[in-house]
Amino acid sequence: MMNENLIEVKNLKKYFKISKHDILKAVDNVSFNIRKGETLGLVGESGCGKTTCGRTVLGLYEATDGEILFKGKDISKLRGNEKKEFTKNAQIIFQDPYASLDARMTVGDIIAEGIDIHNLHTGKERTEKIYELLSLVGLNKEHASRFPHEFSGGQRQRIGIARALAVEPEFIVCDEPISALDVSIQAQVVNLLINLQRNLGLTYLFIAHDLSMVKHISDRVGVMYLGNLVELASSGVLYDKPLHPYTQALLSAIPIPDPDVSRTRKRIMLEGEVPSPINPKPGCRFAPRCKYAKPICKEVDPVLKEVEKDHFVSCHLY
Amino acid sequence: MESLDKSKFRIIGIDESEAETIVRPNLTYWQDAWRRLKQNKVAIFSLFLLILLFLLCIFGPYIGPDYKFQDMSVRNQGPSAAHWFGTDTLGRDLFSRLWIGGRVSLSIGFVGTLIEVIIGCIYGGISGYFGGSVDDVMMRIVEILNSIPYMIVVIILSVILKPGIVSLLLALCITGWTGMARMVRGQVMQLKESEYILAAKALGSDSNRIIFKHLIPNTIGIIIVYTTFDIPSFIFAEAFLSFIGLGIQPPKTSWGALCSYGQQTMDFYPHQLLFPALAICITMLAFNLLGDGLRDALDPKLRQ
Repeated sequence: MMNENLIEVKNLKKYFKISKHDILKAVDNVSFNIRKGETLGLVGESGCGKTTCGRTVLGLYEATDGEILFKGKDISKLRGNEKKEFTKNAQIIFQDPYASLDARMTVGDIIAEGIDIHNLHTGKERTEKIYELLSLVGLNKEHASRFPHEFSGGQRQRIGIARALAVEPEFIVCDEPISALDVSIQAQVVNLLINLQRNLGLTYLFIAHDLSMVKHISDRVGVMYLGNLVELASSGVLYDKPLHPYTQALLSAIPIPDPDVSRTRKRIMLEGEVPSPINPKPGCRFAPRCKYAKPICKEVDPVLKEVEKDHFVSCHLY
Repeated sequence: MESLDKSKFRIIGIDESEAETIVRPNLTYWQDAWRRLKQNKVAIFSLFLLILLFLLCIFGPYIGPDYKFQDMSVRNQGPSAAHWFGTDTLGRDLFSRLWIGGRVSLSIGFVGTLIEVIIGCIYGGISGYFGGSVDDVMMRIVEILNSIPYMIVVIILSVILKPGIVSLLLALCITGWTGMARMVRGQVMQLKESEYILAAKALGSDSNRIIFKHLIPNTIGIIIVYTTFDIPSFIFAEAFLSFIGLGIQPPKTSWGALCSYGQQTMDFYPHQLLFPALAICITMLAFNLLGDGLRDALDPKLRQ
């Protein structure tokens, strides 16, 4: 694997202004990089800013502060043709296979949307390309003239994947592509994504809350809590030796298909609720629920530091 | 139980490619909507009734005597073979007058709605799509217009301008488009946050493409339904204004004006009121029932 960085995110902040005094800090000071050809998993519970982070990286939301570099170029400074070129190189697969397809367009037109926008193919070539993409994701030629409502959830998700692949991107943000699907279909879609990566050399930012699925697909995993990236490590290391107290608690929640192990294992139960991301208090976001919390945790924001090689943690314990 | 011989069975296998086939015939959105509208007997009957009314408004006046022709020898006659719907106090044929009046009533209904749809869609579309302060200003204007009782506007305009079709349309449209604008704005605001619009943005499409390829096709069904409910309200408003004398002036006539004259002789010649009133009722009812049917047929959530 090459070690060249495809995406670099530096101190990314995305705030939403709710009212005059209230600011929702959806993503606060997040930094990470994604190497060419790898999959970076991003996990965390609902509302922790994973999706906002993914969409901001693609420029769908305007970042409040910080830099997003794609191949060394800041995407917020791209204009005109350069911006169009970026949309051809970076794509997204959405969570909800029902909301992400326009019900009034045929599947062929949905898949060809990127082709039409970038004028990649026309006429017969366009039709050929649609058929090629349909077979790539395991659907039939005949499906091109159908409408989305005639398909099942898994089929629709594959249509969404074909749409993203139509412009031949290098980087795809997979925004919880499997969480709306049945377990039997999840494996089908994940394996399709892995095969596509192998054959086309794609780079993924894989957002999910299913920890075992993320372990299966990711090379490295980042854990988010309330807009902060709390831990970032290669997936093997993170799952074997989690350092951040939140990661430890999160990982202890994965069900193990072995009753003996499951019975003896100690489940770390977190006290209290996730605090509101609106006007957060200073200090570590996890401090109110952390059993190791020290006085410093409630005063100073911890920064992400490299504790071991390629293992980053944002915690005052290390 | 008799034991089954294995040789009676054979594995026929399964064709992999057949796993994803769809048996349902391939239908476009409009074909599917028409299929579902056809199943609704009441809506189809209303559609048939409306087409019949249109045809009568077009050809009806040529069947009997001219609508302005006064024959003093046949004043206030009841329905007969010579005058199907009878005659009025000036001996004019009511059958011809009814369809001439229908032309005015229906054209006010259609033209008024058309103006409303055009202004409402553009105004609401801009307001919803751009949002923010543009939306704030545009919606405050709508609210101010809405707070003026439309009856007052209509009466003032009818007094200032010469009463007639143009002043009537102007008065009805000046405040009438706000409902459509609000509806379109709501739809656009809801749609522009949807994931397929985000997907189109991620693919690099510009505002033009998003508006014409995604927003308009997805709101057109709701606009059509809203339109079918709006046409009868225009017809009703026209009838009401003509009835109180602010609308169509003689010798021209409309259903409302006919009702107004009929009402003066109601005690002695009830047929003079009955036929125009019936025409208004049937038209309103048919449009409303058709609108209901269209709403069921065009709503993508109700498709089976």
